[in-house]
Amino acid sequence: MRMKRRSEGPFYRIYNKHERGGRSEEGRRKLDVGRETWDDPLRESAMEYETVIGLEVHVQLLTRSKLFCGCSTLFGAQPNSQTCPVCLGLPGSLPVLNREAFRKAVKVGLALHGEISQVAKFDRKNYFYPDLPKNYQISQYDLPIARGGWLDVGFEGGPKRVRITRAHLEEDAGKLMHVGKGGSRVDFNRTGTPLLEIVSEPDISSPQEAALYLSELKAILLYLEVSDCNMEEGSLRCDANISVRRPGSKELGVKSELKNMNSFKAVERALEFEVSRHRRVLEEGGRLIQETRLWDERQAVTQPMRSKEEAHDYRYFPEPDLVPFRISQAEVDEIRSSLGELPRERLNRFQTEYELSAYDAGVLVSDKALSEFFEAVCRAVPRPKQVANWLTGPVLSEMNARHKTIRELGLKPEALAKLLMRIEDRTLTNTMAKEILPALIDSGKDPDEVVRGKGLKQVSDAGALEPVVEQVIRKNGQSVQDFLSGKERALGFLVGQVMKETGGKANPALAHQLLLKALAVKKGGAL
Amino acid sequence: MSISRKDVHYIAKLARVSLTETEEARLEKDLAEILDYVAKLNQVDTSNIEPTTHVLSLENIFRTDENRPSLQPAEVLRIAPKKSDGFVVVPLVIEGKGDA
Amino acid sequence: MPRTATTATELLNRYRSGALSPRDGVGHFLRRQEAVDGKVSAFLDTCREGIETQLKGLESMDKSVPLWGVPVAVKDNIVVRGRKTRCASKILEGFESPYDATVVRKLRQAGAILCGTTNMDEFAFGSSTENSAFQKTANPWDLTRVPGGSSGGSAAAVAAGEIPLALGSDTGGSIRQPASFCGVVGLKPTYGRVSRYGLVAFASSLDQIGPLALTVRDAALLLGVIAGWDPMDSTSADMPVPDYVKTLEGGVQGLRIGIPQEYFGEGLDAGVRENVELAIDTLRSLGAQCDPVSMPHTQYAISVYYIVATAEASSNLARFDGVQYGLRSSSENLLDMYCRTRDEGFGMEVKRRVLLGTYVLSSGYYDAYYLKALRVRSLIKRDFDEAFKRVDVLATPTSPTVSFRLGEKIQDPLTMYLSDIYTISTNLAGVPAISIPCAAGDPSLPVGLQLLAKPFDEATLFRVAHAYETKVGGPFLPDL
Repeated sequence: MRMKRRSEGPFYRIYNKHERGGRSEEGRRKLDVGRETWDDPLRESAMEYETVIGLEVHVQLLTRSKLFCGCSTLFGAQPNSQTCPVCLGLPGSLPVLNREAFRKAVKVGLALHGEISQVAKFDRKNYFYPDLPKNYQISQYDLPIARGGWLDVGFEGGPKRVRITRAHLEEDAGKLMHVGKGGSRVDFNRTGTPLLEIVSEPDISSPQEAALYLSELKAILLYLEVSDCNMEEGSLRCDANISVRRPGSKELGVKSELKNMNSFKAVERALEFEVSRHRRVLEEGGRLIQETRLWDERQAVTQPMRSKEEAHDYRYFPEPDLVPFRISQAEVDEIRSSLGELPRERLNRFQTEYELSAYDAGVLVSDKALSEFFEAVCRAVPRPKQVANWLTGPVLSEMNARHKTIRELGLKPEALAKLLMRIEDRTLTNTMAKEILPALIDSGKDPDEVVRGKGLKQVSDAGALEPVVEQVIRKNGQSVQDFLSGKERALGFLVGQVMKETGGKANPALAHQLLLKALAVKKGGAL
Repeated sequence: MSISRKDVHYIAKLARVSLTETEEARLEKDLAEILDYVAKLNQVDTSNIEPTTHVLSLENIFRTDENRPSLQPAEVLRIAPKKSDGFVVVPLVIEGKGDA
Repeated sequence: MPRTATTATELLNRYRSGALSPRDGVGHFLRRQEAVDGKVSAFLDTCREGIETQLKGLESMDKSVPLWGVPVAVKDNIVVRGRKTRCASKILEGFESPYDATVVRKLRQAGAILCGTTNMDEFAFGSSTENSAFQKTANPWDLTRVPGGSSGGSAAAVAAGEIPLALGSDTGGSIRQPASFCGVVGLKPTYGRVSRYGLVAFASSLDQIGPLALTVRDAALLLGVIAGWDPMDSTSADMPVPDYVKTLEGGVQGLRIGIPQEYFGEGLDAGVRENVELAIDTLRSLGAQCDPVSMPHTQYAISVYYIVATAEASSNLARFDGVQYGLRSSSENLLDMYCRTRDEGFGMEVKRRVLLGTYVLSSGYYDAYYLKALRVRSLIKRDFDEAFKRVDVLATPTSPTVSFRLGEKIQDPLTMYLSDIYTISTNLAGVPAISIPCAAGDPSLPVGLQLLAKPFDEATLFRVAHAYETKVGGPFLPDL
């Protein structure tokens, strides 16, 4: 329902041990989208402290209407145009729960292997803030939608299992914009959007792992089609709790709560900053205080929140305006059966069923639609490696260049399959196929039609190619001599010249064959 | 369990009500009296008694995920004490509760 | 116009027979308002400018709708689109609701003419209507006395003949106690019977909107219009609404009426006791079987109530902060704006209850106060469940006293709270209850008889009340 736009590229990053040193530059560059380096700046002191991280992810669920009222959840509308008495908390209004939001929350709970509460209820979390119209947030305290569960992160050397504490439903707040001296502006459009808060246990042991956790979680949420996970629009937000401690220590160190990170990269960088700050303070014999810190993207530092606020006393109590929600085993089973294949399962399957590399499988699986596109093409062209190369190469380049999803690109799996078949049957060279891809996308026509229109058909007619071969032999006396005196490599050069003369249309195999024949004649039948 | 002046001050702050000295003193006395009275609940044995939050045994009251008309922004802004460019305006929020 | 033509039922009869037009019927009440409201001060807003449009609207309406052309007033905590709803509080200065409460929508559909909003204790916090930020309402029976509260404006307006029907809200007795003080009929429906959508919340788990009228029949008529399931209120019950007027005449023969002994103990005014016992005798004479029952946890009801109700209220009233609507005190920073707005906007009783509610929910006190109160609430509810296994109806006084003097209790909040002793348990248990005037007694101030029934059995309450009313006569009207 939300207006679509592209986010920060492939989101499903796979942490692979080889990536640090072993992977080719090309592979690293591709993999490190949005990152500067995999190098851990803190490696030197890695023996002295271990890092303990827990993440709180808020994800907006993709529903037509808000959690407790019928207002649209569409992003980007005119300020205060998607509000009603309920989400504005006007006197007398009452909430009624959106069934779809509830079911989507259960779906996420199940995908994360959580236990679904047989009876879930809502509670009020009381605090004053101008983006919170009622000055309480309807949330869940002791009976959340789901409890427990886990998420597997990374894969080489066995995945790391991060335990999930809980997933609960709550209403989103409005948007507050600080405009300087005149005050702050409030737009209540976002108020009441269904939000699922997913809390992890402090099982994450590095900023990189935190980023991988987020990638994995985002992949799952996108596969479930419960959220568009768009961080720039705020449909996926992350707060982090971080502390460091001596290895073997049972107790957690003093923690910082980090907020205001607007991308996975920001989460990782903020955590990196905070880990080194903690270590530095401890190494210098200082004392840390438990506090909330905001990530300052521009200065790349975390700063304590300058708040005079007293310790929070949220005064949770059961929301009297909503009744309890009981879910039957039958409904849980029904939702469970609708989960479909999740990214990690698909990743494994692509590697075994199609014998793809972990990298290729990862890139494809990182985009649910792309992975489905891949399978569709493979059904017609049973050469998965070639299909994967095409998708992770030229097709992905087109997507990135046009800022479009595979669906928005308008390329049909059948069209790409036919294109690949034309390479197979030698109608087109690989280069030619790549060249016509943009036209294929732009026109939406059948590949053969595009080929005809461009006059790009490969020249496989000996009669048409022979004069060119003659001409190349005439013009390149030196190479001909080289070849005749035994330098096999000169033949390659001559084939290249034929290709050049024909604007790439020549069938390279035929050119090769015709050149050999002509040169044999020159050598006087010695060949 | 009786209430102190400090408690009154603390809850007044939580409830975002500023009180004068006189009001604070008055409320300390009133609340102490009421809390003394309600302390009689401690006479009741409530072990094994579940709390009642809803008197009706209603469950699973949902709405379907459908859009209903929203208010016109003009209606929302008409009742706002201060507004500008389609937004409700409040005195500057320095920092406070995070955005999540 | 003589006071005998002032019930909704009679108005409707005259409209239907063509003896009176809605315009004249409404006009009669408006003139009465003009004549006596200067003394009673029941109305906050008479909504005069909207009446003509509503009368015109009647022309295109089916005349058989239940309240065609009947004037109705609503308490100032029920929102009416395009009108001021202030809950008798300064903090809602300037607020006009952009939507109708569900009950208001139903009233409109039923052909009622909305004729004004009535005074109340600020946010319904009180038992005398003296906590209104705007005016004090007088009891039409004795202008030096309170009309009761918090729906004092609605009760006084009906008693004074300014309006035939009014809506009130009842969280701990706020319909029944003023009905009792003003000698009118007031009913608190079963929790969930009437939609709360559009009722400015005091204590969400206790609040119900209900009718105030001169006769049981009128109250039954009005409840029939406003009752029923509402998809906008998750706590409203999807139960059929019987035709309450049709079943009024059933009588009380063989009905089992329980007399809870705990409601007749210390603190009950002797005159009130006498009247209520006489009323019970009357019911017995009509064929009901009246036996004592015990409700052992009654003594804890006030404690439970003042914890549960204030806790919910502290949260419900957090939204009045000067951001989106209503009063905003000028200030440079946000925190200061909140605190000053709520200081200037809220009266003392509101502050008292908001602070009490904040306290019982705050860290360290939740279990001791709030959770404890919810557990005792279960025991109070259990008392009712047990009693209703043995009897159909309970009969009690509505209030331990008759109306007290303006200013008499206002400085002593706890004493004021204690006067709600007989009405509060009902809200905690969610059961329906009606207050009807006993035959006017000594000292010539009204006394209320309260009848309670099983959840969703309002029909029985109306039937018993109607039988009593038919026997003793009424309505009883004050001279004004």
